[in-house]
Amino acid sequence: MKQLALVIDLNVCVGCHACVTSCKEWNTSGTAGSMSDFNPYEEDPTGTFFNRVQTFEIGEYPNTETVHFPKSCLHCEEPPCVPVCPTGASYKRKEDGIVLVDYDKCIGCKYCSWACPYGARELDEEQKVMKKCTLCVDRIYDETLPEAERKPACVLACPTSARLFGDVKDPDSPVSETIRENGGYQLMPEWGTKPANHYLPRRKIKMTIHKDELTRVDNPLNKERQLPMPGDDEQTLDDIMSW
Amino acid sequence: MHPAFSVIFLTTLIGAGQGLFLALYTGQLYSVFNLVPGQDSHTFYGYGSLLALIFLAMGLLASFFHLGHPERAWRSAAMWRTSWLSREVIVLPSFMGMTFLYGLTHYLGFNPVLFTISDVFVVNLTLLLGFLATGLAFLLFLCTAMIYACVKFLQEWATPLTVLNYTLLGAASGFTLATVFASYAGIQLVSFYAGWAIILTSLAFISRIASLIRNSLIKPKSTMTSAIGIRHTKIQQKSRGFMAGSFNTREYFHNASAVLFRSIKWIFPILVFVLPIMILSSSTGTSSFALFALAFIIQYTGLLAERWFFFAQANHPQNLYYQTI
Ligand code: SF4
Ligand code: SF4
Repeated sequence: MKQLALVIDLNVCVGCHACVTSCKEWNTSGTAGSMSDFNPYEEDPTGTFFNRVQTFEIGEYPNTETVHFPKSCLHCEEPPCVPVCPTGASYKRKEDGIVLVDYDKCIGCKYCSWACPYGARELDEEQKVMKKCTLCVDRIYDETLPEAERKPACVLACPTSARLFGDVKDPDSPVSETIRENGGYQLMPEWGTKPANHYLPRRKIKMTIHKDELTRVDNPLNKERQLPMPGDDEQTLDDIMSW
Repeated sequence: MHPAFSVIFLTTLIGAGQGLFLALYTGQLYSVFNLVPGQDSHTFYGYGSLLALIFLAMGLLASFFHLGHPERAWRSAAMWRTSWLSREVIVLPSFMGMTFLYGLTHYLGFNPVLFTISDVFVVNLTLLLGFLATGLAFLLFLCTAMIYACVKFLQEWATPLTVLNYTLLGAASGFTLATVFASYAGIQLVSFYAGWAIILTSLAFISRIASLIRNSLIKPKSTMTSAIGIRHTKIQQKSRGFMAGSFNTREYFHNASAVLFRSIKWIFPILVFVLPIMILSSSTGTSSFALFALAFIIQYTGLLAERWFFFAQANHPQNLYYQTI
């Protein structure tokens, strides 16, 4: 079984919204489009988006950390939005686990959006059908594109590579590996939706090195001895060369 | 959640229609056992069913205003295996059809005896049709309520009390409507229906208050921590990612002021339960059409407020992601 998904590294995301704009750009001109906007330059603008980047502050001033948090459909393995759909317009693909909406069948009843705990679905107010992230299904299989570009638009746009794309059911895929090794987790696990998208937590990137870790005190075979040992105030080759 | 008027009218109108039908059939059953005087098929059951159908049709009409593509509504019968909404879409017209047949056979006086049970209980056509329609009426209450009760993370809705409330509130308003109808038709069943309306309204009162108490004690299962997966007690949203409005900021928030929200919580029980019970009980014995009609109008207005509150009170976990601009 295959389950395509995104893995989003919160340790790396800088909150630049490049994924938001590239998603909108690709999908408004793709098969999911157009993603309508209303009053874009006036008072009270509104529009359809598949992906948003939000910002949270953790802790209490001055000891805070800022976390940028991209959010889109998580392509749940047990998607509660699918069984509630009365028309069958919402479905989960067997072959790759992508959750999609058939825009020709959708009656715009909004029931599926109520049944998504993450608020990942948006009704397109112009076409009056439900829309959501498609994992760029219209480009990841497009053989006219070079292989390196057969990825969701957001993944390609991310300047910090905070977004990884792959099959989370294949234990040897890079996404599965990073989920395993970097503490990848799912959102709102309490509802049993089993989101396919995972997030990687913040990690400490500071390292403390003590002096005795640089020179070994016990050097039984005298292997690391330099003769003659330079004094602490003397120049070494490193000081000259490290430009 | 944002209360949509289409759904408020849909659920309250069909509830009253279902309740009215149940009232008519209860009257017929009682008269079969000679507990109440039998009524004229033509004027009472015929026109009564018509009135129920009018309410059901108005509800059905209201539901179309909820859809982005009403012309595709027929598609929504497809997924009855998994979707309560789809089930409702099937059961509502079936119930309307059965009510129509029930009313029509009564109206035409076409009521052949079908069979007898143990040589005493005579089952004729209208009795059988009414029996089937009663089953469908209860099934429809179940479907309508389960649309809400099955969404488990809308914790205010995910309780058997939702089903009980929809059933009792629909039945109560339907029996009040039947009282109005009986007093208009000038028949002896007025106090019979008024009595049942009082009983059902009181039962609905108990179960609705129970659900209000339950909902006030709810501890949300989803928290900021589970929403973004960061383990810390102090998490504050600084930006939801956009300044403009979006579907997420419109569909899941009721946007009413706290004062309005709280006052509706107190107003609807008065309108739905207290006043109608007072009017119904003070005017039993009389058969003042105007008073009963007033009771129904007050109760129905109250039900609109009740349904508004039902939606507004439900707190969707997605709101955790939209706390600040
Ligand atoms: S994130 Fe929401 S819309 Fe996407 S699959 Fe899960 S429940 Fe459905
Ligand atoms: S809005 Fe469309 S996709 Fe969603 S439940 Fe209704 S018909 Fe299905």
